Parts: sequence; structure tokens; C-alpha cells
Amino acid sequence: MADVALHGVTKRFGDLTAVSDLSLFIRDGEFVVLLGPTGAGKTTTLRLVAGLEKPDVGRIAIAGHDVTKIPPAGRDVTFVFQQYSLYPHLTVYDNLAFPLRSPLRRVSEAEIKRKVGEVAELLRITAKLDNRATKLSGGEMQRVAIGRALVRQPAVYLMDEPLSSLDAKLRAELRLELKRIQQDLGATILYVTHDQIEAMTMATRIGVIEHGRLVQVDTPREIYENPANIHVAARLGQPGINLIPRELFTEMPAPNAATMIGVRTEHLKISKSANAAAKGRVTWIEHLGDRNHLHVKVGDNDVVTLADLDAGLGVGDDVAIEVVQPLYFDRNGDRITA
Amino acid sequence: MAEIRVDHLHKAFGDFIAVRDSSFTVGNGEFFCLLGPSGCGKTTTLRMIAGLELPSSGHIMLGGEDVTFHRAAERDIAFVFQLFALYPHMTVRANIGFPLKCQGMPKAEIRASVEEAARILRITHLLDLSVGGLASGDRQRVALGRSIVRKPKAFLMDEPLGALDSEFRHIMTGELRTLHNRLGATTIYVTHDQLEAMALADKIAVMNRGVVEQLGTPRDIYERPVSLFVADFIGSPPMNFLDFHGGLRRGATSVRLGEGAVIVPEVHEDLEARDLVLGIRPEDVRLRESGVVRGEVFGAEYLGTTQIVTLTTGHGTLRARLPADTAVRRGERVGLEFRPEKLSLFDRSSGRAVRTALLEGAPHG
Repeated sequence: MADVALHGVTKRFGDLTAVSDLSLFIRDGEFVVLLGPTGAGKTTTLRLVAGLEKPDVGRIAIAGHDVTKIPPAGRDVTFVFQQYSLYPHLTVYDNLAFPLRSPLRRVSEAEIKRKVGEVAELLRITAKLDNRATKLSGGEMQRVAIGRALVRQPAVYLMDEPLSSLDAKLRAELRLELKRIQQDLGATILYVTHDQIEAMTMATRIGVIEHGRLVQVDTPREIYENPANIHVAARLGQPGINLIPRELFTEMPAPNAATMIGVRTEHLKISKSANAAAKGRVTWIEHLGDRNHLHVKVGDNDVVTLADLDAGLGVGDDVAIEVVQPLYFDRNGDRITA
Repeated sequence: MAEIRVDHLHKAFGDFIAVRDSSFTVGNGEFFCLLGPSGCGKTTTLRMIAGLELPSSGHIMLGGEDVTFHRAAERDIAFVFQLFALYPHMTVRANIGFPLKCQGMPKAEIRASVEEAARILRITHLLDLSVGGLASGDRQRVALGRSIVRKPKAFLMDEPLGALDSEFRHIMTGELRTLHNRLGATTIYVTHDQLEAMALADKIAVMNRGVVEQLGTPRDIYERPVSLFVADFIGSPPMNFLDFHGGLRRGATSVRLGEGAVIVPEVHEDLEARDLVLGIRPEDVRLRESGVVRGEVFGAEYLGTTQIVTLTTGHGTLRARLPADTAVRRGERVGLEFRPEKLSLFDRSSGRAVRTALLEGAPHG
């Protein structure tokens, strides 16, 4: 395993700048997740590290060696794609062994057997080794696809939404397994997704990417609690952070430049209020089982809070709102730290 | 607006029974979700109510009238498929007014109706634009406008948000519910997404293999599942199942899980020794040194406010939803305690919930 460094990398496709002056250092053994919407430049970044694209500006180094001009085969990276592409006519064993049987590598059959056995154990597909790849379920196929990457010990694993084609349950299972395997192997992984849950749950650090620019790189907790700007704040957390215009809370002290106040669902305290202290009106209570969301209309804004059903609040009630840990944003959406 | 009653509805395609003897009533103005995995019969049920499919037996009543064999066009129901089917060359106004034009409504009335629909959906400012240039959210509102403009007795929606990405789906879920609150129209909504159903519905029918397994409010279904299937289908992560073997006596208030006794809601029936399952929602698990069930931390997933901690126990894997600031280490052995009044019991072989004070405390509906 190794570290990876991107230094001021820019990639253009015609008029479109897909990746813009991007710098990122991934430490040895780190699981870094690039999070962003479609078209943000995540996959292009991954392809640049793999050598499938050439940067227009900037340098890329793996384990301290400049690989900017080195073709993909010379970079010692392994790529896992969104769509598992197994060899249908081969068994699971042969699919897993395939990367090791490359004539360039000269691995002995005994060694292959040991490695494949190890990886199969790790991914819990030992019982399926003799099955044809086509006889597997979707989740098993994706595990084999990931396994095929793991039989080798490259400098870095590059993964492009490998779980997105799976159903929700399986995705949740593989999320946890992938994280475990990464820790057990001490693997360096650069992983791309638009799913905030995947980023939050697996990443050592998350890089939030928008319009080809890296907006913030930090631990999931730091990004959740201390977002750099309004976009990052809105990208993480379910339900999303409440964004309320500053003028609706005039009585609250706030920095002068603040135009928006961001409040997480759990940081709004709601109480019934019949008098002038009322700030909003309950419009809808969402029973989600493990928690209940109270939707409150404040001015023209919809605000979502966590509700305790025993508090006796109902639709149509006027409520007072107390903000516990507000985040302030200025006109440009940048965070103001007091 | 109207009540919809489905009475012993049955539908077979050759040997395959798509819907088996289903009965339920959707109250006037209710938002009703048919929820289940693909192939469970929910869409077939909806299509029979719409008149796009004829039942093998049973009846469908719309506002007190038997419409079982009426043609779709005679049912006064609006069917919403994917919300994106618009006429790209027409304006928003023409798109919304199209169903009325087909009915031969006078122009002045069409104009008034379209403007009212637009006002309800807050898209008045878009009326004279071409739909081609609209953002996807606005396109969806236009498509909705086209279905509400006719003022049908009921709306039937088949996974209308299925094609959207998850973030946008969440926004539209909120809008759909707000719209429903404003119109108060009887709505049947088909989805396989349990979170969507929980968020939208007044009542949910959980379907499995052509049968309605449970009918109730979202809260009921979540807290008092009548079967392993329902318990597993609802909730994210789903309910934990710890397997154990034993018999149950009426009046018992605890079960023996290997090492110790776990307090449960009072049991209301006698059961011979058999394979049983203790069902625990992730948020009803706490870490307590004194807990009788022991587990080893397999991994933790940070989610902001909370974290999901996966543990391996002698009775199976278990997920706990804990505050994000609870420190847990991989491999650590911990004691587990469960909220006694929230626990469910199931018979493993039949999948049926054991009758307890919790289950029978459910309001029936």
C-alpha cells in the first residue's frame, strides 16, 4: 500500500473544466471518499489517478513517484467499477485468480490458491468458489468483483460507486464489510460516490467536490459539524440541514454578515406557544418509526425538527422555536465562524 | 372525492396468483400506501382499481358504486405513472389543460381550471413557458397539475418518484404530502420504498406474495409488526432478529435467551417448545455492562447524529442505533440491554408474531 498525491490537477474536456486545480494527499492506509453530485468531477479524478485520463495541468504521485506520464499498467492501481464485469464462463475461483495469472506476474498456482482462498474467506464466498459466475446473486457477483481487486495488493484501490447497483439491504451489508476489509488490509482506497451515507460511514476522510473543485476535505464528523459552506452543510445529514433566513430570527445574536442560519434537525427545540412568541406552525408530522419529524412553517420556510410524540404537538399548533447550535453563512454561502 | 373499497379481490394470471383475496377500505381523503417488494401484487391491485386489469373475482367500490367491471375511462380516477410524461412541444398551460380539452370542456372553463391547478401547485408563473426548458422538479409539478385539473374522485399513483435520485425524491415526497393536505383527495400510492410509505401514508397495506400481510398506520406497522416479513421489510436498518429455542406460557413476562432472562411484553398465548425469534428495533438497544445478552462490536457506522453499531452475538447479528458520541471499539465485548416494552416475539417456522401485550395493544384498523 502507498500514499497518493494530486498536485494542482486540472482536466478539461473542450470548454468544460471537469477538474479544476485539485490538490489532495491520501495517506497510506487511508480510505478517502470523494462525495459530490453527478458531473462534479469525481469519476474524472479517479480516472486521472488510474491513468485513464491525462491531466492538462498538475502532477500525480503514487508512493512518492511522479506517475503523471506513466500509463495505467505501470501505476500499480486496481480499479473497481460500478457494474461488475465478471467472466461468465469461468468459475468464481477462476475469476478471482484471473488477475494473478497474467503472464506478467508469474504467480505460482500454489500461491494463487492461497491468495484466492484468503480473499474468498474475507468476503465470505468460500462456499461459492466452484460456482459459475452467472449462478451468483447480484450481491455475490459484486463481492467477487471486489475480491478480484483484492487478490492483488496494489499501491491503491480506486473504486467508482461499486455498491450503487445493489439493493439497499445488500449495500448496507457490503458497506460495513468493505470498511472492515480495508482496515484489516491497511489498504489505501480512493472511493467515489454521490451517496452521503456511504461517505459518512466508510471514509477516514471525505472530500466534498463541486464543479470540479474540492470544497472541503475532513473527517465525516468534522464535515458534519463544521461545514465550510452552505453547500457542504446541505450535502450531509438526513434529513438535510434547515436553512432559515437570518431576518426570521432577529432577536437572536448573530454575526453582522450572516444572512442564513443553518440548524440541524436535532438542534431545534420546539414548544407549544399560544402567544406572540410563536414562530411557526406545525404543518405535518412524519412518523418514520425510529424517529418522528415535525414539519414547521416559519415564514415561507419549511423547517424539520425531531419530535417527541409525547410532547403533545399536533398539526396546526403554533410553536416557539429555540435554536441550539446555529451555523452562520454569509451572502456567498460561506461559513462565518464567530 | 370518495371512499374506495376493495372486497375479496383476487387475480390469477394462468397458474400464477398475483393477488389473493385482498380486502381493504381507503377512507375518503386518506393517503393510502400499498407497500411491498416487487412481484407482491401491489401494482396489479392498483391496476384493477384503475380499471386497467379485470379481477378474477371480488369487487371494487368507488364512492359507494360498484365499478368492478366499468372501463377505466368511466371511473373518474386519475392515474399517475412516472411524473415525467409531458407533451414537450406544448406550453405548461396546454399540458395541464389537455385532459379537459379532450373532454370537450369550454375554453373559458379550461382556463379557469388550469389556473386554479397552477395556483395550488404554485406554478402560475410558469404557465406560458414551454415545458422543454423546465427543471425536473417543475416538470413534475406540471405532470401533477395535469392529473389534479380534472378533479377526479381519487388519485392512483404507481411509484411516481421511482425514477428520481434519492435526494430529490425526498423533496418530492414532502411536496406530494403537502399537496395531499391541500387537496384532501383520496389517494392510493404504490411503492417498494418503505421510507417513502412511512413518510407519506395515513395508512399502509404491506403486501407479500399477493396477500395483504398487515394493514395499519405507519406507527402501528413499525411498532407492532404481525409477521417476520413485515418486521424485516419496515425500518432502516430493519428489526434485529435473535433466534432462540423454548416454549411460552400465557402471562410470562420474560424469555430465556441462553445465558439469561430478557424482559418482554406480557405473553398472551401458550406455545409448545419451538424455534422462536426475539425482535428488537435498532433504537431499542443500549449498551449496559449488566445486559444479559453479550455481543462483540463488528463495526460502527457514523451517521451524524447517530451511529449504527453492528454486533455479533450468540443468537445472530444485531444492529444498534446509538448516539454518535458513544465510543465503541471494534472487537470490544459489550453487554446489551433492550427496551422491554418495545420487543416483539415471532414463531420462526410460521413467521407469525406471538400475541403479547404489545401486539394486542394495537388499535385495529
